[in-house]
Amino acid sequence: MEAYLFYIMAAVAVVSAVYLIFEKNPVYSILYLVMILISIAVLYLLLGAQFIAAVQIIVYAGAIMVLFLFVVMLLNLSAKEELKDALSFQKIPAIVMGIVLLSAIGIILRSKIPLGKQGEYTSAYVHDVGNTQLIGKLLFTKYLLPFEITSILLFIAAIGAIILAKRK
Amino acid sequence: MITVTHYIVLSAILFTLGVVGVLIRRNAIVVFMCIELMLNAVNLSFVAFAHYLHSMNGQLFVFFTMTVAAAEAAVGLAIIVAVFRNKETVNIDDINIMKW
Repeated sequence: MEAYLFYIMAAVAVVSAVYLIFEKNPVYSILYLVMILISIAVLYLLLGAQFIAAVQIIVYAGAIMVLFLFVVMLLNLSAKEELKDALSFQKIPAIVMGIVLLSAIGIILRSKIPLGKQGEYTSAYVHDVGNTQLIGKLLFTKYLLPFEITSILLFIAAIGAIILAKRK
Repeated sequence: MITVTHYIVLSAILFTLGVVGVLIRRNAIVVFMCIELMLNAVNLSFVAFAHYLHSMNGQLFVFFTMTVAAAEAAVGLAIIVAVFRNKETVNIDDINIMKW
């Protein structure tokens, strides 16, 4: 059951990614990306990361993709924008290099995946305490400083976005 | 039985598709979406390793990556809107004012 779900979601993600690359209309590209994000969220659930799966749906598929869709509709882009391609000779080398990159990663993976020492958070323990509770506890103890710096980062990003998009 | 290798191979395929997308597309927004795809591929490998190593650090790191991705999306799309106002295009071949 778990294996079938993995293969179905992996197939959905890869096929959607191929369509995302070759789709001419940016709005459809965004919808394909949403499909990839949702299938990755299901994979997170399979890996026992419920909190990350929920955040993936809410923040990525919800907030960030709506932002993308909003900008595409605001700019009123059409498919003909893409027709004038000054570097069309780049397409074939790009795909060949993609295959080379994939096989390089494959060779590295075939040699050995370095698995370090096992941590203390086994599936049974995480199930007992709760995934979200554990993440919350770690965020406010061990990772308190990065967590606070993250809030400053978001603050600066919000200010930057407002200043950049402001009409002069 | 699904092992960590399955997840890493899927992550590698998605990352490579993202790289190819960045190289062959000319629409700045689609290039940006391919970068998001690459970020997600790496996040997937983080969570897979965290699960198989019985660790929580991978999931925490994914949390921070998502925050950075949200900030990056906001600033990047603002830059694209600003460039579109000035040049009336999002084709990255036409946006070469920094090219010497």
